[in-house]
Formats: sequence, structure tokens, C-alpha cells
Amino acid sequence: MRYYDKLIFELSKPGRQGWSLPENRWKESTDDLPDGLKRTTPPLLPQVSEPDVVRHYVNLSDMNFGVDTGFYPLGSCTMKYNPKIGEETASHPGFASLHPLQPAETVQGAMEVHAELSRCLCSLTGMSAFTLNPFAGAHGELTGLMIMRQYHISKGDMKRTRIIVPDSAHGTNPASAAVCGLQVVEVKSTPEGLIDINDLKPLLDDSVAGIMMTNPNTLGLFETEIKEIASSVHAAGGLLYYDGANMNALLGKVRPGDMGFDIMHLNLHKTFSTPHGGGGPGAGPVGVAPHLAGLLPSPAVRKIKNAQGEDIYEMVENPDGPGRISGFAGNFGVLMKAYAYILSLGRENVKKVGPYSVLAANYVKESLKDRYRLPVDSLCKHEFVFDGLIRGNAGTDSEVTTLDVAKRLLDCGFHAPTIYFPLLFHQSIMIEPTETESKETLDAFIQAMRTIADEAVSRPELLKSAPHNTPVRRPDETLAATRPVLRYRAD
Amino acid sequence: MGFAYFPHTDEDIREMLGRIGSASLDDLYSDVPEDVIYKGDFDIPNAMSEMEIRRKFADMAGKNVRLKIFAGGGAYDHYSPAAIQSVISRSEFLTSYTPYQAEVSQGTLRYIFEFQSMMAGLTGMDCANASMYDGPTSAAEAAMMSTACTKKKKRVLLSGTLLPQVLDVVRTYARFHGIEVMTVPGLDGVSDMAAMEKELQSGDVAGVMVPGINRFGIIENFEGLSDAVHSAKALLIIYSDPSSLAVIKTPGEWGADIVCGEAQTLGIPLSFGGPYLGFLCCRKEFVRKMPGRIAGETTDADGKRCYVLTLQAREQHIRREKATSNICSNQSLMALYAAVYLSLMGPSGLKRVNDLSYGGAHYLHSELLKTGLFSDAFPGRKFLKEFAVVPAIPVKELQDRLVRNGYFGALSCGDGIVTFCVTEKRTKEEIDGLISVIRRK
Repeated sequence: MRYYDKLIFELSKPGRQGWSLPENRWKESTDDLPDGLKRTTPPLLPQVSEPDVVRHYVNLSDMNFGVDTGFYPLGSCTMKYNPKIGEETASHPGFASLHPLQPAETVQGAMEVHAELSRCLCSLTGMSAFTLNPFAGAHGELTGLMIMRQYHISKGDMKRTRIIVPDSAHGTNPASAAVCGLQVVEVKSTPEGLIDINDLKPLLDDSVAGIMMTNPNTLGLFETEIKEIASSVHAAGGLLYYDGANMNALLGKVRPGDMGFDIMHLNLHKTFSTPHGGGGPGAGPVGVAPHLAGLLPSPAVRKIKNAQGEDIYEMVENPDGPGRISGFAGNFGVLMKAYAYILSLGRENVKKVGPYSVLAANYVKESLKDRYRLPVDSLCKHEFVFDGLIRGNAGTDSEVTTLDVAKRLLDCGFHAPTIYFPLLFHQSIMIEPTETESKETLDAFIQAMRTIADEAVSRPELLKSAPHNTPVRRPDETLAATRPVLRYRAD
Repeated sequence: MGFAYFPHTDEDIREMLGRIGSASLDDLYSDVPEDVIYKGDFDIPNAMSEMEIRRKFADMAGKNVRLKIFAGGGAYDHYSPAAIQSVISRSEFLTSYTPYQAEVSQGTLRYIFEFQSMMAGLTGMDCANASMYDGPTSAAEAAMMSTACTKKKKRVLLSGTLLPQVLDVVRTYARFHGIEVMTVPGLDGVSDMAAMEKELQSGDVAGVMVPGINRFGIIENFEGLSDAVHSAKALLIIYSDPSSLAVIKTPGEWGADIVCGEAQTLGIPLSFGGPYLGFLCCRKEFVRKMPGRIAGETTDADGKRCYVLTLQAREQHIRREKATSNICSNQSLMALYAAVYLSLMGPSGLKRVNDLSYGGAHYLHSELLKTGLFSDAFPGRKFLKEFAVVPAIPVKELQDRLVRNGYFGALSCGDGIVTFCVTEKRTKEEIDGLISVIRRK
């Protein structure tokens, strides 16, 4: 990784161009538009050659760390290897050139991908139907909550406007609930890190639409009382929403449908190995139990029989659902990659995804818990949370924080874990190693974390000033927020 | 048998279980109630080799029909320069997460900053965010943002000339979020300014959303609209096609407060509807109410210029239910796509794209009228690459005839109106071919 200081605008020189387009041989051009509809000054865009552009962006990429660069134990993000066959399939011209409004008879292959992926996801989760339209996890949450509200409204039950969200939940849960017009009621965790069922039960009245849960939760702990929670929420007339961000722990082993969940989303860019792309595009399909199958958003792919009795697919509107939540039917390119991943795993290997991810997490946890504080010392699932370094055991109590540990890890060639989340602890370090990492990689990470724990005692200033070997060092975030510079301006 | 994405040997597994103190992989689930452990077989195919997967996708692709695209309707068949795929395939971009650790994410942060700059420049606005999912969801976020910026007001006016999927998505979000939307039907193919100005007088309107180029392809004229909107203390939202903004009057010039829209037009493949690229821009006084990621410039501990995600107090991971939106992952890699596209095109290339589309669309328009089988839906209205006509033949018959001959066009807009679209990718031969299919009985 090497520092490179240019912006594309700074390479610009009037008269250069990076495009190659035909001459305009038509009689007309946009010059014929009336002045009142025309732009008066050309937009501030760079004028650069194609080699300038390619070299610039390759240089930028050299300041980035991806899963293909190295170990990326970012908790709750499931940064597993992204198979290359997925990229190849998604760019197949037989799919990439399809207009989303083309007639059904010309897009049967694309709709087959939709239908088959949905069918696989149903089997893997124990759900009855899926919509593939949501574009990301948070978008799936919002869609799922719309379905939940639509369910109550369709029964004439208008007063269910509150949603229960555990204090350990991902930030998107309460935010999605608020966008959906639901009032958030927080339920506390026990000292063991699980939902406090005694705190939960009194909240369950006829104003509650349902509960949002992540299982395993954000501490990486399985909510062992899930069946009792499910029956209590159902008895009170509410529904259970499953946040699929942590589904990797359970893939091939436990199905949300069997735990009593009514609605769920999956993050295909986590559990199903599609690349995260520096923050999307992802995909957040939403699955529902049988009694909600008629409440999915529009449009939806449906399988029917043609006059010859053959299976064909059609795209339909669903008048009973919440409506349309996307322009077309989802991030199709991402769906193709997830389907390719499922086909490569197959029914044999899919059973190993969860167990191997849990194996990796417990191995790392057990190898570090003598140096980092483990607030809940029990079996974890695919991830776990330390609450900072164990202090004082080497005779000192330095001021080294979780942030310092994370920054020092960058010096060691690893991406940092998720830090300061969940909010239950002050110094959270959330580690998720995934099933695609070798024991050698995990051992190297463990060694780095132990060395950092040593350095925290012997050379705390080294950590306070870390990172040292990265393209840039700690940024001044206060300056960025107090004097925002959000775009390039020519001087 | 092994598996390409699992590095575990039997010995590795034994050693790891030993460190944990578990006897088997099953033991790792001893905290899970026995009755929720799934013991059945999954109804998914058996594992396929890479060769089999390639073959399967080729087979499925064979069930699709590639048509010459003469349709828009919110998805446009623009040209994608070869250099883009090369850049966005870089693993360092493709396989990274959201840039939380700025020290090892300067590549992502810098292209987001460049994308923001380009979008702000194209729209004539002060600032842009790092992207939204797609055009329609960006419109829904813009509508909610207008209510957040105007405090207690809860009503948003939508022009009936917005694309139907934009209207639908905004209505869905609004219904659940608890804001009232009112669709003001278009008049003679464009937004009905007088009707909207009348609605504004009630004083409860937070935002007015109109399309820069509407569902009929017409370039709308917003003379006087921003004054009317602002004097009612509401915000003007313009739904835009950024590709067109190289040549047509910008939302900034029309006095917009918020700009949203679909940036798929910046060379992003049709790909059956996604991934596309929503965007959101605004005037600087509203930036703290803007949803989504924003990259900003700062310096590092050594004084070097660098970039970070900033103004994060707006976002869900900090503010939870008080956040401006729930958006987290967006369409980052597609923002890189757009940034590379706009870098290659520059102002002159983007103008050429528009000129070729304009020239081709106007040629097709006049050739269609010459057949005597079409009349102008809205005579005299100015269009760029998409236009509305009324066929004398039944719409379904027209559409079927085109598809049978390898063309996709004549999207139905209701009321017997159809639209055609021509981008720079369409040649004269293709347009003449389409015309001959229409003339043939």
C-alpha cells in the first residue's frame, strides 16, 4: 500500500479526452434546444486521457484493503472470500444486456435465476416465500417491517405501532423501525448478554407489532430462550423479525423459520459471499412464513404453467403487499453472484459454513481471552466481543484503548475488527473470522493480537500513535466535521 | 472431499477443537436447543464444479432474448467504456467493506469524494452524498428529507409526470413513514405548475417534487417554480437524469433545494434492473439532514491530505432511531463506476453522448411520424432521447411485432401513449430497421 495524493480533477488539462465515440452524423444536436432549457456553463468534470484515468484509479486502489488483500475480521460484516465465478456470471452479456421492462417471454432465464434463488433461500432458512427486491440489509429490514405493519393493518388492527428492539441490536434496527413509522421500545440484556425475558414479557401488549432480533445476537451468543420468546410474542399477537446479519453462524445448521421467526432478511453480501464493493451494492432479500406469503412487495416473479403445461415465469404486481420498494426487481447482478455461490456450495458443503465459522470464532476467542477481557465467557457462534485489553495484569494500567489496538492491527497487515459496537461495553472489539480463513491466518492474527497486548504494556506510545505503516495515519475527524469540505473546487 | 473455499484439513479441525475444548463440530452448537437444529436435507442442488456453473448460467442466458433496446422508462442503454470494467474489477475496491478504517480505505474514500464532486458539479448543487440504492428510493429519501428540513410540515407534492415507479416507491415509504403525499396530475405532458402553486397556498407543504426530464421524455420548464415553492416555505426537489445535465439546465439553475435521481444513465449496464445508482444532492444548509454516507477532506497526524466518512452524527450507527435514515450499505462500487465514466467522458464526451442520443431520437421521431401510423402525444414539447407518441395500431400488437423482430420499444404509458428511446448506441441502420418493421404489415 502506497500513498498517492492526486484527485482526478488535479490531472485535468483542457483539450484532453478519455472518450472514444462516433462523430455526430445526425442532422440535429442538443445545440438546437432553446436557450431557456440549456445549461449555461459546462459542468466541472475532469478532462483526462484514458491512461490517466486507469492509472489514477489503480493508484487509488493501492490505498485500499480488501478481503483479497488480507484477513478482514470485521464483526457482523462476514467478510468471507468472494468467489470469482460470481463476478464472471454477473457480467455475462446474456444477462447484463436485459432491460428490466422487457416482455416476460424474453427474460425467462433471468426470472429463472430469481425463482431458483428464492427457492434455495426458502429451503436454507425455513421460510415460505422470498422477495429479492431489497437492495441492502437495512432496506430488507425496512421492507420486512412494512410487511409486519401491513399484516396487522390487513387484519384491521391499527394500534400496533410499537416495536421491541434489544439494546444490543444493530443501529439499523431502530433506524429502520423509525423510517417505517414504528415507535422503538428497547429491551435490556441480562449480564449473560441475552435478551432479558423478564424485561420483555411486561412489554408485550396489544400495541406491539413485533420484535426485531438477531440470533446469534451481536455478542455472538445464541439466544437460547428463543422458543419461549417466540411463543410469548406470538401469544401477544406480535410477529418476530429476524435480522439476518448474523446468519452465517447458522447457515446449514439452524433455520430462522424453525425458531419461530415470521419475517427475516438475509445480507447476500455477507452470508452468501457477494463482494461488498466498499459499501454496496448488496442485496437484502426478505423471507416470510406461510401466513405472510401474500404480503410481499411488488414486483414479484411467479412460476406458472403455459398452454403446453411447461413451467414458465411471469413478473406480477402484488396488490395485497406494502407496495413497491424498488424501481425494478432488486440488484439482479448481486443475486446472480449469490446463486452461483449456492450452486458451488451445494447441499453438501452448505452444512459446513456455519460450523466452520463458529469453529474459527471460538478458536480465536479461546486463544486471546487471557489477554483481552471477555465479558461473557461461553461458547460463541460466528463472532465474539472483547471489552478491551485486560488491564493491570502486567503491573501497569496504560491508557491504551480499543481504538489504539485496532489502529495497531492495521500496521500488522490485518483489517481491524468492528470497534465500539455493540454499545453494551465501553471498549468493544467485535471479531468475526469466517469459514474461509485458514488456521495459519488465524494463528498469525492471534500472534499479532498478543504482541499488541504486550506492546500495550511495554510501549504504549507505539499504540497511541498507530498506525505507522499505512498510506495515511490517523485522520483529524473533528476538522472534517467542523469545517466540512465535501467536494473538490478549482482554485 | 475438499472444497475450494474451505481451507480446513482434518488436522486443522482437530487442533482447533482441541484449543476450544470441544469434542466435535456438533458440540459447538450445544447451546442451541436440540429441537431447532436442522437435521433434514436442504432442497438445493448438489455442489457444482466451476465448469458446471458456467454451463448452467450459459444455458439460462440462452433462455433470454437480446433485443435492440428502444425503450427507457427509467433504465437506459448507454455505452459503457471498456476501461470501467477494468477499474471496478480491482479486488482492492471490490472486496472491501464500507470505509470505516480510513487509514486503509483511502481508495474508496477518495473516489466517493470525487463522485460527490462530480454529482454536485453536474446538478449545480453544493454537495452530494456517497450514493443511494436507486432513483426511486432516492426520491423517497428526498421526500422524507424535505419534511425533516421544514420541521412540522408533513405533506409532499409529487408531479404526476414523474416515472410511475418513482411515484409508487415514494408513496410506499410515505404511507409507512407517516407523511402525506399528493400526486398532482400532469397537464399536457408536463407538471401542472398552477395546480401545484394552488396546493402550496395551504402552507403545510414540505416539498414539491418534479422531474427534470419526465416520464414522456419531455424536458420540463420550471420558470418561476422555485419562487412559488420558497415563498410557501417549502423545498423544491428535482428528480434528474445526471447524464442529461451536461446539456440541459441544471436543478441548481432552476433553484432546487434537493436533487435526487437515477445515475444508471452514466453507462451502467441494464442488467435486468440492478445494480443501479441512486444519488442525492442538496444545498449546503440542508447537508446535516441528508441521509447516507458522506466523505469529507481532512488531514492526518502527519498533515497529509486525506479523506474520512464525516458528519456521521446523522447516521443510524450513531443516532439509531433518531437517524436521518436507516441507510447503511449503499451502491458504493456503482459510484466508482460513475466516477470512472465521468472521468473518461469529461464535459465534451458527455455532450457527445447527449448529441448522439438527441440526433437519433429526433430522427426516429420524425421517421415514425412519416409512417402515418403515429401522431405526436404532446406536440411542440422539447425532448432529449425519449419521446411519447400515439400509435394508430393497437399498442400490444405493436409491441409484439417489434419483439418478434428483435426490437424492444413502444413502452406503454397508458391512454394509448407509448414512448421510444434512442441512445448513442443505436445506429441509423437499427432505426431504419425498426421503421421497416413498423411499416411492414
